[in-house]
Amino acid sequence: MAVNRAAQQAGLRAGISVADAMAMVPGLRLVPADEKAERRLLKNLAERCGVFSPWTAPEDSFQMPLADIPGGGLWLDISGCDHLFGGEAELLGKLCDCLRGFGFACRAAIADTPGAAWAWARYGSQENPVLEREMQHKGLAALPIAALRLSPTIVGALSALGLRKIGDLLALPRASLSIRFGREVAHRLDQALGIEPEPISPLRPAAAHRVHMGFAEPIGRDADVKEAARRLLHHLCGKLEDERLGVRRLALLAFLVDGNLREFELGTSAPNHDPAHLFRLLREKLDGIDCGFGIESLRLDARETASLLPRQKDMEGNGSGSEEMTRLIDTLSNRLGFDKVMRLVPHDSHIPERAQQAMPASKTIASPRQIDPPAQKRPVLLLDHPENVEVTALLPDSPPLQFRWRKRVHRVARAEGPERISCEWWQEQKPDRDYYRIEDGEGNRYWLFRAGPYDQKGAAQWFLHGIFP
Amino acid sequence: MQSSSSLDRLRDRIAALEGSAPAKPRSHITGWGTGTAIGKPDMARIMAEIDDALPWGGLKLGALHEIAPAPNPMGGIPSDRRDGAARGFATHLLALLMRQSSKPALWVAEGELPYAPGLAALGLPPELLVVIKAGKPAQRLWALEEATRSGAVAAILGEVRGVDFTGARRLALAARTSGVPLLLLNRDPAPVQAAVTRWQIVSIPAPHSILPEAIGSWRWRVELAFCQGRGIGEDGSVAAWNVEWDDGTHSLRLVAEAGDRPAQARISRVA
Repeated sequence: MAVNRAAQQAGLRAGISVADAMAMVPGLRLVPADEKAERRLLKNLAERCGVFSPWTAPEDSFQMPLADIPGGGLWLDISGCDHLFGGEAELLGKLCDCLRGFGFACRAAIADTPGAAWAWARYGSQENPVLEREMQHKGLAALPIAALRLSPTIVGALSALGLRKIGDLLALPRASLSIRFGREVAHRLDQALGIEPEPISPLRPAAAHRVHMGFAEPIGRDADVKEAARRLLHHLCGKLEDERLGVRRLALLAFLVDGNLREFELGTSAPNHDPAHLFRLLREKLDGIDCGFGIESLRLDARETASLLPRQKDMEGNGSGSEEMTRLIDTLSNRLGFDKVMRLVPHDSHIPERAQQAMPASKTIASPRQIDPPAQKRPVLLLDHPENVEVTALLPDSPPLQFRWRKRVHRVARAEGPERISCEWWQEQKPDRDYYRIEDGEGNRYWLFRAGPYDQKGAAQWFLHGIFP
Repeated sequence: MQSSSSLDRLRDRIAALEGSAPAKPRSHITGWGTGTAIGKPDMARIMAEIDDALPWGGLKLGALHEIAPAPNPMGGIPSDRRDGAARGFATHLLALLMRQSSKPALWVAEGELPYAPGLAALGLPPELLVVIKAGKPAQRLWALEEATRSGAVAAILGEVRGVDFTGARRLALAARTSGVPLLLLNRDPAPVQAAVTRWQIVSIPAPHSILPEAIGSWRWRVELAFCQGRGIGEDGSVAAWNVEWDDGTHSLRLVAEAGDRPAQARISRVA
């Protein structure tokens, strides 16, 4: 159970049971915890803190409040960022103002190691949130053991032995500590003191190219958002062009006044830095955008880039035809989905349904391998799932005389076959197929196969697999 | 002289209003049809006999063409699976158009994707094909229009189940402005309104001269049910041919009708 400020003032604490709380404050309002929503919120906040540092992450595990300080945490790696805000303390002040502006209660700290920062943010003094390196050892020593991110059972066991402060642990010999309480205590201690490294995985790798635009007044009109996106794109594409790069994946993040986040991602099938083309793709996504109370800032991330060398145009100033094609594929893929726009790639297999593979067109840029005309007649339409048909044949091994498909009886006028296609032995074991090319009385041509030979009772399964032209 | 040139101007103006290329008097055609000698051709040849029946001397580019399975002789709607012949003919036309412009083509599929070995057998290079799978009719129409307008492809084939008048008109307009031919494989019995040609294709049985243990080459009855600028004959179509697919040359050839009459096309010239 987590409590807000008003509840705290009424004497409630996080971690007490609901029955106790109801007894203490009869008019208490209880809201069930929505962990998913909290995670989402934390992730949004982490994105938003991208203003302060490109390297942000929400705390990965939603740790139960180890003491009386509940809530989720955010990591920010501010190496090299503080001078932009006039120092570490100023950065922290701005960060807290920003979070409080959204109505969050927050505690923050800056330290040399993530462990020390975690401890200082939760248990340190908020008057002095920046833990200097010289002070680190002394500062940590005064904090309770729970500040080491230890599980409640270990904390309980340690305090039962009279070890209440981190300083008490530091005084003990390391070897006996490890033997008695396992590796965790020593591990966390080392992390806090910076003896053992602790990397923070950022929410996503910092985009090498990002552009940002803040607005004096929140914007909310469709046209305004698009215009802002267009300007950002021009800016970004200029940067990319200078570095001979093209974008493969692009994201526009809109930070709303109310703390929410809207994200629009698009992909291209070939590296591209043409602002007009990218804007066309982006514009479509922005149609009917829900801005809530307005957007206070926009950010454009080039999430994936690839090298793009300038191409010579031909004498008439036209690009090559393939450029137009990649543009078309981009447009279609972004609207319909990248798995819906495909190229047919040949696959070495005799099994008819495995002879071709459909690959996303955005991933197969180079002209794929040529497909040779098949040696045997192949249907122009192959059913994804062969359909069961009832077949009458004169002899078990002879071609069908008539077959019944979709409630209609087709009399067989001509039958060519069988063409035996065996399953690949390294794949799963399935019966051999005997394929017949069949023409019915009207001239329609079908591809039928018998799965395996006739069994003892004289029955066999027949399927219709394709339609010939 | 004065009057004939003003007449020509008038003709050109009418043609411009109608949105087609300036009509040239038939007498100017010598041997190789109306394809302009300089610049890009405005049509693709299918087969000498069929080209003769078409006012453009071939399949017109930058226009909407509809290909449909022939209606069932029993009066029913053809089952959607029995459009193998129409599919084959459409594939052949697409292959012709791709060969002419050496650009990729687009296939907008409804359900099953086209089968590459089958396409290759009909002379279409599948590696140059981009396939879109879209179940919703609105998505397919959007994709067709977008692709047609882009002008990046040699030709586009779309599987549709009928197109309303507005949609067809938009597609026709897009095709006309970009010069990209658009083939619609229609599974709905109602014709597409803005198409300049409507082809109905049905399979015909192999001749008796080959053994019953073989099915022979693909044979179709190709019926030109509607053609802009051509009248419709007494039997309800502009012209019809019985054709056979030639595997060696990847082209069509005329076959004799039942009985041993020489190969001859029936073309009604009512226009």
